Amino acid sequence: MRPFDYVRAEDPVSASRAAAQANARFIGGGTNLLDLMKLEVMAPETLVDVSRLDFGGIAEDGDGLRIGATVTNSDVAADARVRRTWPVLSRALLSGASGQLRNKATTGGNLLQRTRCPYFYDTDTACNKRRPGSGCAAMGGETRNHAILGTSDQCIALYPGDMAVALRALDATIDVQRSEGAAERFSMQDFYRLPGETPDIETVLAPGDLITAVHLPAPKGDRQIYRKVRDRASYAFALVSVAAVVRMEGGRIAHAAIGFGGLGTVPWRDPDVDAVLVGEKPSAAVFDAAADTLLRGAVPEEGTQFKVPLARRVLRAVLEEATA
Amino acid sequence: MTLDLKVDGQSEERAEAFAQGLLGTALDRPDGVLKVTGAAVYAADDVPEGCAYGMLVRAPGFGAIEVGNADEVRAMPGVLAVIRDKRMVRNAAQGTANAAPVQGVDSADYVGQPVALVVAESFEAARHAAQALQLRTDGGPLPVNPGDVETEGEPDTTGDLDAAMAEAPHRLDVTYTTPSMTSAPMEPHAAVAWWEGDALTVRSALQMLKYNRNELADSLGIDPAKVRLLAPYVGGGFGSKLGIAAEAVAAAIAAQDLGRPVRVVQHRRQVFETVTRRSETRQRLRLAADRTGKLSGIGQEAWVSNLPGEVFQEPVTQATAFAYGAVHRVIGERLERLHRPAAGSVRAPGEAVGVTILECAMDELANDIGIDPVELRLRNIPDTDPEGGIPFSSHMLAEALKTGARRFGWSDRAPKPRARREGEWWIGTGMSAAFRVNVMMEAEARIALSPEGAVVETDMTDIGTGTYAILTQIAGEALGLPAEKVEVRLGDTTYPPGSGSGGSWGAATTGNAVWLAAQEIRAELARRMECGEGELTLKDGTATCGNRRVALADLLDGATLEGHGHIEAGDAFSKVRQSTFGAHFAEVAVNDVTGEVRVRRMSGTFAAGRILNEKTARSQCHGGLTWGIGMALTEGMVHDRRDGHIVNRDLAEYHMAVNADVPPLDVHFLEERDPWAGPLMSKGIGELGICGAAAAVLNAIHHACGVRVRDLPATPDRVLAGLEE
Amino acid sequence: MNLSFTVNRRARTLDIDPRVSLLDALRDHLHLTGSKKGCDHGQCGACTVLVNGRRINSCLSLAVMHEGDEIVTVEGLSDGAPSPLQAAFVKHDGFQCGFCTPGQLCSATGMLDEIAEGWPSHASADLDGPYELTQAELSERMSGNLCRCSCYPGINAAIRETAGTGDAT
Repeated sequence: MRPFDYVRAEDPVSASRAAAQANARFIGGGTNLLDLMKLEVMAPETLVDVSRLDFGGIAEDGDGLRIGATVTNSDVAADARVRRTWPVLSRALLSGASGQLRNKATTGGNLLQRTRCPYFYDTDTACNKRRPGSGCAAMGGETRNHAILGTSDQCIALYPGDMAVALRALDATIDVQRSEGAAERFSMQDFYRLPGETPDIETVLAPGDLITAVHLPAPKGDRQIYRKVRDRASYAFALVSVAAVVRMEGGRIAHAAIGFGGLGTVPWRDPDVDAVLVGEKPSAAVFDAAADTLLRGAVPEEGTQFKVPLARRVLRAVLEEATA
Repeated sequence: MTLDLKVDGQSEERAEAFAQGLLGTALDRPDGVLKVTGAAVYAADDVPEGCAYGMLVRAPGFGAIEVGNADEVRAMPGVLAVIRDKRMVRNAAQGTANAAPVQGVDSADYVGQPVALVVAESFEAARHAAQALQLRTDGGPLPVNPGDVETEGEPDTTGDLDAAMAEAPHRLDVTYTTPSMTSAPMEPHAAVAWWEGDALTVRSALQMLKYNRNELADSLGIDPAKVRLLAPYVGGGFGSKLGIAAEAVAAAIAAQDLGRPVRVVQHRRQVFETVTRRSETRQRLRLAADRTGKLSGIGQEAWVSNLPGEVFQEPVTQATAFAYGAVHRVIGERLERLHRPAAGSVRAPGEAVGVTILECAMDELANDIGIDPVELRLRNIPDTDPEGGIPFSSHMLAEALKTGARRFGWSDRAPKPRARREGEWWIGTGMSAAFRVNVMMEAEARIALSPEGAVVETDMTDIGTGTYAILTQIAGEALGLPAEKVEVRLGDTTYPPGSGSGGSWGAATTGNAVWLAAQEIRAELARRMECGEGELTLKDGTATCGNRRVALADLLDGATLEGHGHIEAGDAFSKVRQSTFGAHFAEVAVNDVTGEVRVRRMSGTFAAGRILNEKTARSQCHGGLTWGIGMALTEGMVHDRRDGHIVNRDLAEYHMAVNADVPPLDVHFLEERDPWAGPLMSKGIGELGICGAAAAVLNAIHHACGVRVRDLPATPDRVLAGLEE
Repeated sequence: MNLSFTVNRRARTLDIDPRVSLLDALRDHLHLTGSKKGCDHGQCGACTVLVNGRRINSCLSLAVMHEGDEIVTVEGLSDGAPSPLQAAFVKHDGFQCGFCTPGQLCSATGMLDEIAEGWPSHASADLDGPYELTQAELSERMSGNLCRCSCYPGINAAIRETAGTGDAT
C-alpha cells in the first residue's frame, strides 16, 4: 500500500472537491478498495473518507425507496420495506460475501466493486484493466472465473457482485453528485461501461463524482427471485446468478426484468431477453428462447464453456418458479 | 537417568489398572482458556522492543533475477535493508529433512519463489517497499504441466496384472486426476528472530522443532546448539510447517544484519507459493475381480510432480499396498520434475488422495458387478499384508465397515443410482474404507514431580492436535494426579526433543516418552513405598501399597523427582503391518439444475488403538471428514498453464469448506488396544479421518445422480457436464 | 495521524500512519494480539472484532476511520473469567489450533445480536422473521469465519448452547 493523504470528509460537497483530482478515491466501507490497495492493484494518493457522511439512510420516496450511499449492505438487506417490496435485493445482498463484510460494505461502494480476475489481482502479470496497454494475461490463461458477455479483445474480466444484478432487474437508478456540485441520475444501464478499448474505465464517474444514493422505483413485478450458483455453500462469488422480477397477468408474463451475474463484464441485463418473455405464456420453449437470446453473443473461453449450459438451466428454473 | 524403550514387540497393558481415570476421557484442553481469551501467544504475536518488519519478495518469472532499483528502495522512507542472501531458502524444507532445503536467490526455479527480503521500521513501510522492488527474470519457458517431461521411477509389479485383467469377468480400468492442494492453516507462516551474541532465538510457526533447529542452523551455517526455537502455540500445520520455511531463515539473516529483532510474516498469497503443496496426481486404477467380487488384480499407478532437488514424492499408493488382497499387482508412483511450487506433505500425504481414488474405483467395481460396496470391501480384506506376508498388528476394517454401516443406516440404501429425488435434488449415499499407515518415531520427555504437581517438558508441539491435553492425561494417569496438577510445557528446543507433530505419530510417540518418564518416577515412588511398582496405586496425589497410604507430598519430602523417557520404534514396525482403519459414509444432495452438491450428513467410524482423549480425537476426525468434503467438492489450486504459477492463491478463490458446507458429523471410535504400537497401545488419529473421506462423497454423488466425476473436485460445472449427457 | 477511540471500554489514543489497518493497530500498536491476521483481505474472518456492536473484518478497515468508535476484541469479551460463550467453546472443543477462535467468538457475539434483531440470512426460508438458530441459519451466518481445523460442529454446538437453542451438533 502506497502512502496516501487521508481526508475525513465533513460534507458531500467538500468530499467531492477533495476527491476531484486524478488519483483520489472515496472510501466508504473499504472492503474492496483496501483489499486492492494492499496489493497495490489500486494506489490512490488521496483517500477521502465518506463513511460518516449522512446521505439520508433509507427513506421512502413516493412509491419508491431511496437508499443513501453509505447505508451498509446489512442494513439494506434487513430493512423491512426492502424485504417486503424489493425482496430480490435483500436476497442478492444476503447471498454475497459474509456477515462481517456486509456490515462494512456500503451501497455506493458496492456498486463500484471491481473484478476478481486473478490476473487483475496479480501485479506481476499483464492486465489492461490495471495497467492500460499492458495486455491481458487472462486470455490464454486460466479463465474459469471470467465473463462470457460484454467482453472485448482487451478484457474478459467478470463483474463479480450480486447487489447490482438485483438492482438492474429492479430498474434502480443511481444518484451522483458531480464534482462541480451538480446532481445527476443514471440508469444502471448507463452507469456501467463495457470494457471495449478502455477496460480501466468501468463507470461514468469522473474524479470527484460521488454516488449519493440508489433509488428503487416501485417494483414492476411482485414475483422476485435471486438465485446464485457458486462453488461452495456460502462465502463465494457467483458462477452464475439470476435476478428475476416478474409480473403475471391472466396467465401471461406481463413484466419481466432479468439481471445476470457471473456472466457479464458488467452487471448484466439484456432488454431483448425481457422482450422475448413479455406477453408470452410461460413455457419451456419461451424460456429456451430467452436463454438463446441471452447467450446469442456469448464468447466463452475454454474455462467458461460451462457457463453457457449453466446459465440456460438456471434461467429456465428461475423463470419456471417466477411464472408458476 | 532415563527409561529407554525400543519398541520391538508387544507391550503389556498397564494403564487399565491405573486409578486416576484420566486417560481416554474427554478432558477439556488445558490450553483452552488461553485460546478463547486471546492470551495464547502465536509466532507473530510477541514483538520484542526495537523489532523491525520484513516482507518477502517473490520472483515474477523463472531464471536469473535482476533487481532494477534496490538502491531506490533502500532510500524509501523507513526502509532499513533490501536483503538478497544466498542462504535464503527456495521453499520450505521437507518434513524431517533435518538439513537446509535448496537455497539461493540468484535465480528462480518456480514463479513465486522468494528471492529478496525488504526490512523496514514498520509493516506498512516494508510491504510497500517490497512491492516497489522491481525484479526481472530472464528464464525461458520451463516444463510446468504434467506430461511435459520424462518420468522417474516405476511402480512395483507382482504377478501379471495384464493377464489377470484379460481373464477376469469383471474389470475396471479408469483414470482419475486430483489437483494440487494446499494446507492453508489459518495462521500464516511467521517468524520473529533475534540474536544475543552468536546465539539465535526464533519464535516461529513450526511443527517439528528438533528437525527445524537443525534445518535452520544448516541454512545459516551455524551450530545447532546456538539456535533456540519457540513454538508454544501453532495456528495449524497440516504438514505446511513440518520444515523450516523462507520467513524464518530470512528473519534470522535480517536480524543478524541489522543487529535488532526482525519479524517476517508471510502474506497469505506467499503461503500458497512458498510452502509445499500436495502434488497433483493422475491415477490409473485397474481392478480385476471374479463374479463374487474377489479381486485377482489391483493396479494403482500414480503420476506426481515435484521441483528438481526435492526428495519428496507424494506416496499415493502406500496404503494400497496392504489395503486389499490380490495376487497380481502394479502399484506405485512415477515422478515428473515440474517447475511448479514445491510439493511436500499435506495432511495424510499418500492416503489422502491415494485411498480416495482407490475407494472411488472400488465403488465403480461394486456398481459394475452389482454388489453392495460394503460387501465388496469385506470380501477383499487380506489375512496378512499382501506385500510382505507379515501379519497385521490388528485389523479393524471389517468391524469399522459393519459398525459404520449400522450407524449410518446403510441397509436402507437403494441398490441403483438415481433412486431418490426431493424437488430439484437427487439424494444418494456413498461409502469408503479408510486406511492410514501407523508410524512411530523417536521422542524424549521429562517430568518433574514436586509436591505441587508434575511438570512435563518436551519440545513437542501442539498444532491444534491436543498435545497439551493428552500429555496432561498420560502424566496424570501414570502419576495419580488430577489434570490441574499437571503442567505441560511444549514448543521450546531447550526441552527434551519430542517427535514433532506430523504423520499422525506425535501423540503415540511423544505420549509414550512421557509415559516412560512417568514409569521411571513410579519406580522410585514404589521403592520409597517399599513395594513392587506393579502393586503401587497412585490416585489424587496419594500413593497406596497394600494397606499403606502415603500422600505424594510426604513421599517426596519437599524434593522434586525427575523422570526422563525415551522411546523409539523398533522391530515391532517391521514384524507386523501397523495401520489404522475406518469407514466413511456420506449422504449428498445433487442439484439437477445446477450440479451443486451439498453433503447432508456424514459418518466416520475409526479404529486407532487406544483413544487418548475422546474429545480432541473427535475434533481431529471432524477435521478429516471436512477436508474430505473440501477435496471432493471445492479444493484445488489452479496452475497457470504457461508458467505454473498458482492462479487462485488466496482464501477467496481457493475454496476450503466453510461452516455451511459441513453438515452434522457423526464420529465413532472402535474400542481397540494395539499392543504392537507401544506401551500406550495407541495409534495415530490425526490423518485417518481424511483418508477416503472424499471418496464417500464422490461415490454418493454417483449414487444420487448417476454422474461419476473422475477429475476432482466435483464442482458444479463438472457435475453438470455429467447431468447434461 | 491522531486517533482516539475506545477499545474494550478503555479510551485509547494513537498517532498512526493512515495505512495502518484497524487490525494492525490493535495487534502491533495496542498489543492486543488476540485478534488474528489469517489473510489480511477479508477472506477468513480471523480478525473479526465488534465496532459499535457490529462484527466486521478489522483487516479491511483503516484504523484512522474509527475515530470515536467503540471497539471490542476477544480480550474484551470477558472480565476475568471466560464468558459463557468462551466457556462453551472450551467445553465443546470449538477450536483446535485456536487461531481462528478470537474471530469466531467476536463473530458469534455479533451474529447473535443480528438474529435477535430479526435480520434474515441467505438460509432463511422467508424474509419475514423472526429466525430460529437452526443448523442452517447458524452455519450460514457463521460462514464468514473459516476454520481449517474444521471445528464447525464444536463451534456450532457452543453457540447454540450459549444462545439457549439446544445442545445439538
